[in-house]
Amino acid sequence: MSKTPYEVLGVPKTASDDDIRKAYRKLAKELHPDLNPGDEAAEERFKQVSAAFAIIGDSEKKAAYDRGEIDETGAEKPKQHYYRQYADTDAPHQYHSSTGFQDFADLGDIFQDMFGRTGQANAAPNRGVDVRYHLKISFLEAAKGEKKRITMPDGASLDVTIPRGVNDGDVIRLKGKGQTGRSGGPAGDALVAIEVEPHPKFKRDGLDITVDLPVTIDQAVLGAKVDVPTIDGVVSMTIPKGVSSDRVMRLKGRGVGDRSGKRRGDQLVRLTIVLPDKIDKQLEDFMTEWRARHDDNPQKPQ
Amino acid sequence: MIKEEQVLLRVHHLTVRRLRSWVERGWVSPIRGEEGNEYDEIDVARIDLIRQLRDDMSVDPEAVPFLLSMIDQVYSLRRELRCVMRAIDNQPESVKSKIISELKKTRPT
Repeated sequence: MSKTPYEVLGVPKTASDDDIRKAYRKLAKELHPDLNPGDEAAEERFKQVSAAFAIIGDSEKKAAYDRGEIDETGAEKPKQHYYRQYADTDAPHQYHSSTGFQDFADLGDIFQDMFGRTGQANAAPNRGVDVRYHLKISFLEAAKGEKKRITMPDGASLDVTIPRGVNDGDVIRLKGKGQTGRSGGPAGDALVAIEVEPHPKFKRDGLDITVDLPVTIDQAVLGAKVDVPTIDGVVSMTIPKGVSSDRVMRLKGRGVGDRSGKRRGDQLVRLTIVLPDKIDKQLEDFMTEWRARHDDNPQKPQ
Repeated sequence: MIKEEQVLLRVHHLTVRRLRSWVERGWVSPIRGEEGNEYDEIDVARIDLIRQLRDDMSVDPEAVPFLLSMIDQVYSLRRELRCVMRAIDNQPESVKSKIISELKKTRPT
């Protein structure tokens, strides 16, 4: 917590300019670094005292500070943010309360639909507060589902079952895992916001997983059996003869399972042809000869 | 996301103990995580409101949750009212004038 310049100089807010100057001079004499060689604490305080005097020792700045326009470092303060600016909005937020209009549902059927459902979960007056959590999980944990335990710095913990296929930003509601209710009321819920860390190889596209796979020039020309990483480990895939870069191969059923467990996405493998690090004489000679016999030109519009 | 230390820097006369006790009582709902609590702008504004209620207006701690609940209900009702007004405003003129005359009739002046 930062002190106000008045507190730093040890004067009341009502102090006169003269009092402020006197207080500053007295502290400056006491704390000046040249009079306290090697005393770092004194030097630090001297800096604070000087900074404080730079503001309240200057009538214009003092007035600006007193009006709340600048802070104790002299920096312009962001305009005061009243709670209202955030709370009185159309966007939903964690402090919305529907207790004020639950009985509106009694006014008629159409209001039942509008107001009846909003606050059902929060209806009990002694219900405990919902507690929000943030949980970072790996790409694979999100894809395959996992049991996780959140351990808070204070030692408290919460067990969360991550359903497979969870998306970044999803919120998992754990009934009754929020704060305990007051005087016998039901407990609130725990709301766990999921953050999925990106994976160096895999990307998600709904239930499908995409991955880039480099292949050598001979594999592309002659075809090959290659090992491909999937979320369940390495599987073998056949590359047909004569594939170009950007060709996408589909590994059926190697994607992410949906919540019901009935459907599974695919893995899409995008091939990229990679030339050897060093082109040897043999390859160069062959290509020179090959070029002499072919005039394919992919740059030419068809 | 705003970390606890930043909240303490931003809200004057706030201590870790005070902040944590407010969270404990459910007056403020930060997001909890393994690296400690994280706050939104709305949480910081609410913390400052609580501080003003306690320090500047000398509101008794027992009364704070009651006041916060009232304040939240007012904003939530205002939000619902805005939605209803917008819905009325989107109606054809004939429907709008019917609703307005009905409103004048039912609302005791």
